[in-house]
Amino acid sequence: MAITLRSIQGDADKAQPKPVRDLESELAHAARFVRQHVIASIYRATSGHPGGSLSCADLLATLLGAEMNVWPNAINDPARDRFVLSKGHAAPALYAIGAYHGFCDRKQSLNLRKLNSPYQGHPHIGDLPWVETSTGSLGQGFSVALGMAMGLKLQRNPARVYTLLGDGELQEGEIWEGAMCAAHHKLENFCAIVDYNKLQSDARNDVIMRLEPLAAKWRAFDWAVAEIDGHNIHEILATFRRVGATHGRPSVIIAHTVKGKGVPYMENIPAWHGSVKLTREQAEDALHALGANHKEIKDYLDVDAS
Amino acid sequence: MSMQAEAPTLIGSSGDSLREAFGKALSSLADEFKNVVVLDADIAGGTGVHHFRKSHPDRFLQFGIAEQNMMAAAGGLAAVGLQPIVTTFAVFCLRAVEQARLSLAYTRRNAKIVASHPGLDVGPDGGSAQALEDLAAFRAIPGMTVISPADPVETALATRAILEFDGPVYMRTGRSPAKRVFGDDHTFEIGKGKIIRDGKDVTIVACGVEVARAVEAASILSESGINARVVNMATIKPIDTALLKRCAKETGAIVTAEDHNIHGGLGGAVAEALAQTRPCPIEFVGVRDTFGASGEPEELATAFGIDARGIVDAAKKVIARKKKN
Repeated sequence: MAITLRSIQGDADKAQPKPVRDLESELAHAARFVRQHVIASIYRATSGHPGGSLSCADLLATLLGAEMNVWPNAINDPARDRFVLSKGHAAPALYAIGAYHGFCDRKQSLNLRKLNSPYQGHPHIGDLPWVETSTGSLGQGFSVALGMAMGLKLQRNPARVYTLLGDGELQEGEIWEGAMCAAHHKLENFCAIVDYNKLQSDARNDVIMRLEPLAAKWRAFDWAVAEIDGHNIHEILATFRRVGATHGRPSVIIAHTVKGKGVPYMENIPAWHGSVKLTREQAEDALHALGANHKEIKDYLDVDAS
Repeated sequence: MSMQAEAPTLIGSSGDSLREAFGKALSSLADEFKNVVVLDADIAGGTGVHHFRKSHPDRFLQFGIAEQNMMAAAGGLAAVGLQPIVTTFAVFCLRAVEQARLSLAYTRRNAKIVASHPGLDVGPDGGSAQALEDLAAFRAIPGMTVISPADPVETALATRAILEFDGPVYMRTGRSPAKRVFGDDHTFEIGKGKIIRDGKDVTIVACGVEVARAVEAASILSESGINARVVNMATIKPIDTALLKRCAKETGAIVTAEDHNIHGGLGGAVAEALAQTRPCPIEFVGVRDTFGASGEPEELATAFGIDARGIVDAAKKVIARKKKN
């Protein structure tokens, strides 16, 4: 666990010593930061996908905060674990967790979806080397991550590869090509996480194209399957530990989540899949619901991020 | 002209196809390029990489009949420092164009796509298997280098060149036994066209299997007193604009010849380059925006007008246009 509690504290916390929080509180703190940052950057961009960025905040916070061996000052270290955001439209959440851990600047990363900003609407390695690959076309990040896992195994490199998938993304045929391939090649260093928030762009998954029985599908492809509450950090942590010990098979964590989690007016409403424009009032309401105080809200929405 | 003496006559069918030449070259280069891994979608015997599978089984990665996953996974293999060589038929590369676009080109990965079975050269398998759109599709991807070598000798040299090159490349090989155009002293450089027979009346710019037909066409043209220059344009992207300008200036008329749709391939690249630098009359020899059919490659070349006779006719036509100007 290279991301230590030290780095989780963040710059603001360094000034005055605070009581040491336990790991789960730290991760919850990181997840809250991610959600606030997501709302602020999407408000400032006047477009972006809030629903699916909020649903994966706890997963990302736990993954980068406790599970993965990654270091912001060694982003090319061959020994690092790799993370690929296959659901690339959740870029605001990736930038937020990256900012939290020092992979990018907290202020600058609010400058989302703007000309000349490296924080494009979908992550691009050409702009941000730490994002590992460019995503935004559903299904591809999964295959790229699989290729990384295959290559690392070939090189006898013990690093692990993680990828976060959207649930609608599982409708891409490429996912099931990759699922067959990863099991065939016994990629035990490969872990996929499904952000199963049940909603996709236009409507519920089961209206657009039914995914169930989802766990059974992955089991049938010979993956080790865990099904969890994707907002329960204790459960996420425990599950990562368990799947890390999987032998001879890739693992998938089906994380049941709530789209728009943390912002009451967004939760479970497909319209917030995005790409949406948030009004000032909506942004303030959301940040308030996410525990930001008056000054923090003003900073998030008005600070010069260029 | 001074180069006339060096003008090649066809060495004849070597019996080797470009895919075989590629497969053998790749296998023999594998010990030198230790980070090379080969990706296959269950057609190693068809693409020529069965040689590599035999010589370097530990670096041969099987993806099954699933080209989209294979193409994008190459991006991941390149990301961890390997040099992936994606191999399949040209027509199946088309189904993974978007994976090549995002996960290889946009990400600037050092990955190579080597496609066998392009064009009418596929023969009896028929229209569904004959990729006539691949050069256009891959040429349209920013940062993608596109190569189509002419014969087994050049294919072997191009194989080394793409392994030495850092960046995404799409290279065509070929299914059918290929005529040898070049001797053992041939050289190859990515991005450079080469005058392989000099002439002053017209320049025939060709790639792939059409180079042998262009050489044949030049011989036929010489019988009626037409002095045709032949350029082997093995790199379609980036196109050798300097050489094209020179040929336009010195011969005043161009014929392009490719086993591909006349839209978007070599002809398109040549026309784009010359339209902006030194416009001159151009005729396009290629499949005229239609699909292929079953038949033997030479039968098909005649039926679709891309044989030596088709090039001869186009040359005469473009010379007539030049004179009218």
